[in-house]
Amino acid sequence: MIDKRVKTTADAVAGVRDGSTVLVAGFGAVGVADNLLDALHEQGARELTIVANNSGNGDYGLARLINSGRVRKVICSYPRSGDYSAFLNAYRAKSLELELVPQGIISERMRCHAAGLGGFFSPVSAGTKLGEGKETREIDGRLHVFEKPLKGDVALIKANKADRWGNLTYIKSARNFNPVMAMAAELTVVEVDGMVELGELDPEAVVTPSIFVDRVVVVGAQA
Amino acid sequence: MIPESYRPLTREQMAWRAAQDLKEGDYVNLGIGIPTLAASYVPSGREVIFHSENGILGMGPKPEPGKEDPYMVDAGKNKTTLVAGGCFVHHADAFLMIRGGHLDVSLLGAFEVSETGDLANWTTEDPAFPPGVGGAMDLAVGAKAIRVIMEHTSKKGEPRILKTCTYPLTAAGCVKRIYTNLAVIDVTPQGLSVIEMIPGMTLEKLQTLTEPNLHLASNWQALAPPEARAA
Repeated sequence: MIDKRVKTTADAVAGVRDGSTVLVAGFGAVGVADNLLDALHEQGARELTIVANNSGNGDYGLARLINSGRVRKVICSYPRSGDYSAFLNAYRAKSLELELVPQGIISERMRCHAAGLGGFFSPVSAGTKLGEGKETREIDGRLHVFEKPLKGDVALIKANKADRWGNLTYIKSARNFNPVMAMAAELTVVEVDGMVELGELDPEAVVTPSIFVDRVVVVGAQA
Repeated sequence: MIPESYRPLTREQMAWRAAQDLKEGDYVNLGIGIPTLAASYVPSGREVIFHSENGILGMGPKPEPGKEDPYMVDAGKNKTTLVAGGCFVHHADAFLMIRGGHLDVSLLGAFEVSETGDLANWTTEDPAFPPGVGGAMDLAVGAKAIRVIMEHTSKKGEPRILKTCTYPLTAAGCVKRIYTNLAVIDVTPQGLSVIEMIPGMTLEKLQTLTEPNLHLASNWQALAPPEARAA
């Protein structure tokens, strides 16, 4: 019987190696797997490259990993969101590297890896500072830059419901980066609010199909 | 000092003006800041569908106090709502809509716009803070019409419509229409064309507040939002 459930968040992040690239879903504080991020902190992996839209808030989740010096590099579109003091301090101390990527290009680079493609040409950032150093090509009279696929070793996903196969649904705008990051990592780990029986999720409503999911852990009131 | 003979538009009036150009059935993304206000000024009876970069198609107004939903935020991470008929998509699809020419209008804020429609709205290169680009560069390339709402001059009174942008570009040659607190200006192959000016404004005065050459459209009109008419 296929059963991707694990008992604890520690089990969920077991085996994450130093130097891993970790895809951290969420937009601001919405749709972020904070319990998995805290478990990763306990787990102790270092020298991490984090791919996220923002850079964490306060001193929990991603911000806590940064404050503890576990993060070597952040690939994000907008670090300046909410109370991002953890990132700001590390950035000013030059203890981590920032790679700034336009928001739609981060998501598309991950989708590109998930789709088994070697990259794509895009007009976004062409002729700007963020496009400097990238291979260019004129397509139909318009300047494009080449973007490489972006792959995660691990994805930390926040979903609403899962079944034991790992089919997932989300809530409203908490979906955001979760489905695309779930597709783009070697190991996809999901925290959910609750489990349902196989067959209970409306097949028309499944957003992330089980093929992309490796481990599921229930957090919160239903854990 | 001679008192100015005109009254610049408020942020709300600028948003009102931009909203008048949104057509029935348009799919529209509103940037953070003044553009967000435009949602409140779509003429009644006109159905316009708002898109949010974080995966909302059919975004509604701000929630009433006490009815905020923690799972419903807009691009600025403020609480928002969904209208009947609205739906959710993931980030890659939300930006596919942005980049792929599926949106009718992208209404953006700006620091500067050049006479050829270059847009600078993502960084002032303040060395004290890390840069952030968010969705700005995606939003500046894909929509069928890219329009800007901004104050005509800086707080010091210096032009923000320039021959060449001084801040780093978001995208080159993308802006087609500029709504300011003094005028509505189209970016055309022949240069900047003033299609509306606020009451009391003259082309000569507007030119002193604008670096590149302006010309007045032959069919130009008064720019008079409802609240300004009585003033």
